[in-house]
Amino acid sequence: MSVYDSLDSITEELHKCMKCGNCQAVCPIYKETRQEVGVARGKISLAEYLLSGEIEMTEGMADRFSLCTTCMACNNNCPCGVRFDKIILAARAEAVRKKGLHSVKKIAFTALKMQRLFDLGMKTGSVFQGVALKHLPHKSDRIARMRFDIGIGTDKVFPMLAKKTLRSEYPEVIRVKSPKMRVAFFTGCMINYFYTDMGKAVVEVLTENDIEVVIPKGQGCCGIPASVNGDVISARALARRNLREFEKKGADALVVACSSGGTAWKHVFAELLENDPEFKALADKWAGKSYDIAEFLVHQVPFKKEGLGRVSRKVTYHDPCHLNRGQGINQEPREILKSIPGVELIEMKEPGRCCGMAGSFSLVHPDLSVQISDRKTADIAQTQADSVATGCPACRLQLQSGVENAGLEKQVMHTIQILAESYRAGKKEKKRS
Amino acid sequence: MLDRQVLQELIQVLGSENVLTEQEDLLTYAYDATAAMKHQKPDVVITPVSTEQVVEVVKIAANYKIPIYPRGSGTNLSGGTIPVQGGIVLSMLNLNKILEVDQDNLTATVQPGLIIQALNDEAGKYGLIYPPDPGTVTTATMGGSVSECSGGLRGLKYGVTKHYIMGLKVVLANGDVIRWGGKTVKNVTGYDLVALFTGAEGTLGIITEIIVKLIPAPEARKSILAVFDDLDKAGKAIAAIIRNKVIPATLEIMDNDTIQTVEHFVHAGLPIDAEAVLLCEVDGYKEVVARESVLVERILKEEGAVQVNIAKDDKERDLLWLARRTALPALAQKRPTTVLEDATVPRSKIPDMLKAIRGIAKKHNLQIATFGHAGDGNLHPTILTDERDVEEMKRVHLAVDEIFQVAISLGGTLSGEHGIGIAKMKYLNMEFGEAGVAALRRIKEALDPNYVLNPGKIVRRD
Repeated sequence: MSVYDSLDSITEELHKCMKCGNCQAVCPIYKETRQEVGVARGKISLAEYLLSGEIEMTEGMADRFSLCTTCMACNNNCPCGVRFDKIILAARAEAVRKKGLHSVKKIAFTALKMQRLFDLGMKTGSVFQGVALKHLPHKSDRIARMRFDIGIGTDKVFPMLAKKTLRSEYPEVIRVKSPKMRVAFFTGCMINYFYTDMGKAVVEVLTENDIEVVIPKGQGCCGIPASVNGDVISARALARRNLREFEKKGADALVVACSSGGTAWKHVFAELLENDPEFKALADKWAGKSYDIAEFLVHQVPFKKEGLGRVSRKVTYHDPCHLNRGQGINQEPREILKSIPGVELIEMKEPGRCCGMAGSFSLVHPDLSVQISDRKTADIAQTQADSVATGCPACRLQLQSGVENAGLEKQVMHTIQILAESYRAGKKEKKRS
Repeated sequence: MLDRQVLQELIQVLGSENVLTEQEDLLTYAYDATAAMKHQKPDVVITPVSTEQVVEVVKIAANYKIPIYPRGSGTNLSGGTIPVQGGIVLSMLNLNKILEVDQDNLTATVQPGLIIQALNDEAGKYGLIYPPDPGTVTTATMGGSVSECSGGLRGLKYGVTKHYIMGLKVVLANGDVIRWGGKTVKNVTGYDLVALFTGAEGTLGIITEIIVKLIPAPEARKSILAVFDDLDKAGKAIAAIIRNKVIPATLEIMDNDTIQTVEHFVHAGLPIDAEAVLLCEVDGYKEVVARESVLVERILKEEGAVQVNIAKDDKERDLLWLARRTALPALAQKRPTTVLEDATVPRSKIPDMLKAIRGIAKKHNLQIATFGHAGDGNLHPTILTDERDVEEMKRVHLAVDEIFQVAISLGGTLSGEHGIGIAKMKYLNMEFGEAGVAALRRIKEALDPNYVLNPGKIVRRD
């Protein structure tokens, strides 16, 4: 039984918790609120009361379960090995079954399901976004702030929607002269609609390494925003759609440059589709050949070091929770950065600490999200780095908003963009010599 | 349920954002870290930010005779923060500042909601340490730690919390604020109320400021692991080390059950056939550490250790400590409920205590793994069980009774570092006798005649 189907599925997980409170030491929400309900132990207790029937699922209960960035720091710090990520997913799914989905989320996830309509909306949005968003002058990024408050404040800095989506900029298959393999690229929404520069860097680096890239047109949202909020039905529909599209195109491997997307392909699709034999098999098959881009470049290719030109940047690296703890990838991005001539890697105090973005969490709890982000920004400031690298577009948005609002001159980008920059510099150097 | 009027008054003092009344929040303050304890929901949870607010709250509680339960991080292991009679839970977590680190007097002044590790981090900047080192150092608060008088791994050489508390600011049950002690090393004026309030588990007053003693950080340290094929020999080795006038910072023991479980989980290279291992750390000046580590090694061999390893570098040292630190987590993963006790005996009685625990486990057909701070006589017999198994839990309770009986009969005590709370109230007679318990009660009633402060803990109302 999957965590998405029934609260009973986490009974044993709940019994593992011995209420020691060790989760308090690492929980970003608890650090801000200092309320027991903010931390895993508190929400585990609530889930226990629910299971024992002592209390019913209430709106208030659903609210409390929304207090988690799913950063999984508690999982790592738990002496008893409690998988709190499973507990929170089960509790949220239960909340949706009993209380329905928050209306804003309902609209958002429905839109994500209707790909073509969504595409159109985004395209129209890119033309009209000036109505709602005020463009901010910035050297390297197209960023903006909300002109009016729609409930999330006007402080957050957003990327502007790209004029053209990433997927419309490329043919479905990007060929190279003598391909050593064929790799499917799952772009994810943020890279497709906002951070197309990240997507382009992925394509650039892959083709530079003689890899044929397939970007299936019919791919859609990874479904993580829906699944972490308990909208299991939408998440399942999205999982099936993506599996179908990628299966149609076929590839030796699948790469993702977004930590949620990576988690979806590696773990979530199979869990969602546990009771669907046909798609479960498909999900398992693709899970076996899904890689985060950094992981793929380091272990599967491995990426070529000759041709790397000088990039003079002082870089600090932020570990996205779903890449670091979710997929166990933290050394690979650093390895890439260290291999680039001219890049100086300066570690911040707690690179693995959640930035507070957590997708829709930042929309539902904007103040908390900003408080968590402020600590991250302070850590970044301390490094004196000029660039912040990360492996997740959502983290990039949050980090960018943080440094921008703190008045820090730092460029926030995906690790892969710096690698692409290095290959470009290498070519220039070659021309000159 | 709390009177509307009371709630209004609380909100007036603290502001509504610091007064939690929804059941979804209240339910999360119904427990602490103690295993197999009955939960009890409070009526309200409040978070003051100043002594003045605490005073106002205490006055309201006194006026309406409502129980008030001070609480830090709720990591305590004797039920001390469970609001057994409902009422007000007073979360101290927003009183969390370091007010001063005084390098000239080697003191720090802190608020009770400060996490202990935060003090360590700050003291470290001055080359100082705050020696009490409970396992929960990264989560537990200073106030909770003072109130429970917690101990830790360094107890043998450095003692427990009460040895480092120099002064306190306390709100009494009638709303009076008193300051006791201070920064002077010598301070013998009047009754020692600092000592009285330290370890009082919030039953006598509410601590709102703490002055602690800091000490210079040791220059060097060395860890030694000794393997024994006989539990008795391990016990005797502990006494022998100290008889030879070496006081290690830490001297820990793990029995065979613990070793096997730990090894199964972390693969640290522990000898799974060993009856016991001792883990010892000496610290201090480089020269002293060099001399003492050689001496300890020799003694361990003389006492029959089949193998002695001295950690060559920090990496090896960390590996040894990983094994020790993993003991509880590893045990906790074996069965759902982990009943961990802290019966403590004079260290010369450790072999007797270990033997008795093994007998008790056999008699009641329970799995009891024992590890702990052997050097200071503080053992953690840990019963691995499942709360849902009613029949087995009966046997667990019988075993716990017997463990404490043995500890007392060996000249020991009910608690080395976890306090009494609810869990061990019924055993107090065993240690103090009727007259002793009556004396405790007279102290309680002198300071809190209406049993408003953390009622139901340590002292039962007649």
